[in-house]
Amino acid sequence: MSSAFLGIPTPPPRAPYATGHLRGDQSFPDAAHTALDNTQQRRNLGKATATIRGKRDRMADELPDWEELRSAGAALKADVLARLPELLERFEREVTERGGVVHWARDADEANEIVTRLVAEKGSDEVLKVKSMATQEIGLNEHLESAGIAPVETDLAELIVQLGADRPSHILVPAIHRNRAEIRDIFLREMPGVDPNLDDDPVRLAEEARKYLRSKFMSTRVAISGANFGVADTGTLSVVESEGNGRMCLTMPETLITVMGIEKLVPSFTDLEVFLQLLPRSSTGERMNPYTSMWTGVTEGDGPGEFHLVLLDNGRSATLADGVGREALQCIRCSACLNVCPVYERTGGKAYGSTYPGPIGAVLTPQLAGMHESRDDPNASLPYASSLCGACYDVCPVKIDIPSLLVELRHQHVEQSRYTAEAAMMRASSLAMSSAKRFTKAQRASRLGRVLGGADGRISALPPPLNAWTSARDLPAPPKRTFREWWDSEDGREAVRAARREAERGES
Amino acid sequence: MNARDVVLGRVRDALAAAPPEPVTVPRDYRGRRELPDEQRMELLVDRLGEYRADVYRCSVAETAATVAEALGDVRLVAVPGGLDGSWTEELTGRVEVDSAELPVRWLEDVDGVVTSSAVTCAETGTVFLDASADQGRRALTLVPDLHVCVVDLSSVVVGVPEAVGRLDPVRPTTMISGPSATSDIELDRVEGVHGPRTLRVVVRVDG
Repeated sequence: MSSAFLGIPTPPPRAPYATGHLRGDQSFPDAAHTALDNTQQRRNLGKATATIRGKRDRMADELPDWEELRSAGAALKADVLARLPELLERFEREVTERGGVVHWARDADEANEIVTRLVAEKGSDEVLKVKSMATQEIGLNEHLESAGIAPVETDLAELIVQLGADRPSHILVPAIHRNRAEIRDIFLREMPGVDPNLDDDPVRLAEEARKYLRSKFMSTRVAISGANFGVADTGTLSVVESEGNGRMCLTMPETLITVMGIEKLVPSFTDLEVFLQLLPRSSTGERMNPYTSMWTGVTEGDGPGEFHLVLLDNGRSATLADGVGREALQCIRCSACLNVCPVYERTGGKAYGSTYPGPIGAVLTPQLAGMHESRDDPNASLPYASSLCGACYDVCPVKIDIPSLLVELRHQHVEQSRYTAEAAMMRASSLAMSSAKRFTKAQRASRLGRVLGGADGRISALPPPLNAWTSARDLPAPPKRTFREWWDSEDGREAVRAARREAERGES
Repeated sequence: MNARDVVLGRVRDALAAAPPEPVTVPRDYRGRRELPDEQRMELLVDRLGEYRADVYRCSVAETAATVAEALGDVRLVAVPGGLDGSWTEELTGRVEVDSAELPVRWLEDVDGVVTSSAVTCAETGTVFLDASADQGRRALTLVPDLHVCVVDLSSVVVGVPEAVGRLDPVRPTTMISGPSATSDIELDRVEGVHGPRTLRVVVRVDG
């Protein structure tokens, strides 16, 4: 056992570089530039985030003990992290005793292999899926497809994303960037057996999805889900949803495979009383979501006869190793922080390049998958994808201090990238500012920058490497005289004398 | 070393690298709340109404007539094996008893289902089913398009903590708050995706 503690603990590894969806192929600012040009997406996201955050605010304000629930939720998740080894072992024992089979996966590759093997052993070439962040994180669908197994997403939005060969743009409403007309076109093009006269009424579109998936629910033998909560002291698992596709997948097939991150535990069954209040109100802005399913192992004569649980690390232990950053593991995936974020609202989720977008994604992704894993690692840009306004902290149901985590990750990024142009400039400024003489010289030298200023005295494009600053904002051109030169000049002295006379008159 | 030992070892190493403080969980949120019957009833009816679930009030003596009214003119009704037989005495349609031996597919031909319930949370309008004999296996209340659920007012509690406290963790449990719904297309709410499109709750005020 590596738990035989030998003095210096080994830092656990991050998630694999290229497996799954924890890293985009370009930096956040580059991806954001493309996203900002998509006016339809901006309109849809603006409407969706404003609507959901309004509902969330009403639902949170309605409970007089909302802050007490948040404090309890935060403490419960912190307790889970502090006692994770014993709670995981307890959870495993309870699930096993109730007839479940527990598998452990070091990373995305191992989880994908376990799930694919289990499906193949059932002789199934098609598998149902409940919307799940964990399976999206590990790229399970792609892996199943490469093994000749067709995954069928059953959540309406995930189905729209899957049929459109697209990527999700929001944790809760992944197809929010699509309009009804586009969804109709995708269904007509991709959905087998679709009514050719389908119009774009959402009621008709949902009806088509119901028809298409109903036959799958009745005939498919294996389903794959994630989990919103795993209860350590009873081995109970829970899935929170709206459409009933979750209930179908958890109930109808012969075999159920659940993939769950190791941090998704709650200590005891009673603790669900906290999270079943926090999650729906924060997520969809409802008092309760239409359906919540809870199951413990296997029940004779009700639901799947075989239940497999895959416990996933994939960078979670690496995140846990950071005493500050580990707070991100408290996340219950409600997406409230996305809906209040001024950056997310404009760029949408795809710009973050990860399964986890928005403020929580900006602190979770770089910790799960690392941000210095290659030259120009796109994840290094994520801690900067924020104005640090703090709205995300205010709405977080488990009180994750996302702004402080962003600052901490920026610090770690600067510390680990000593040779960037920015770091070189900071060292130069430190040198210049450490002596009055050098500072005066440096200020005079800065006047050279005036040649870059336009007629309005503003610099809108600096040469590389400083263009990163001016790509998103203007810089005032340096003044003709420095403050010190003005202070020492005749008109400077006159201005100071005038001010003094004014002050003396005011006193007398 | 197997994956289990590796993952648990990593977690222990991670905690050793930055040992966490022990956590005390503050439990000063509301729990064990009580309200008189009328107020619980009023709260529940209001919340179910917001989900657009139909609510019927009746006495225990009126159960059969009210269940018949809630089911309406349906042809084939399924019930769980442990349901009180008197509840379905006034139905016009055929009544069949579901059991684990029957293939789930037979439920596709069923027009409506009648069940009891385990506990109900008034504040959120949530009915909890726990697969007891009078509620049936989970598929029974999922596949048919109409679910008539009988709730005794004595089993209606005020808040979520009171409801969770009455559950048996080992039983497969389904929490139902209104009919199945989606807001995935332009955030327009559409009711009835995969679960029952119609939920009718019969509350027995003296039950």
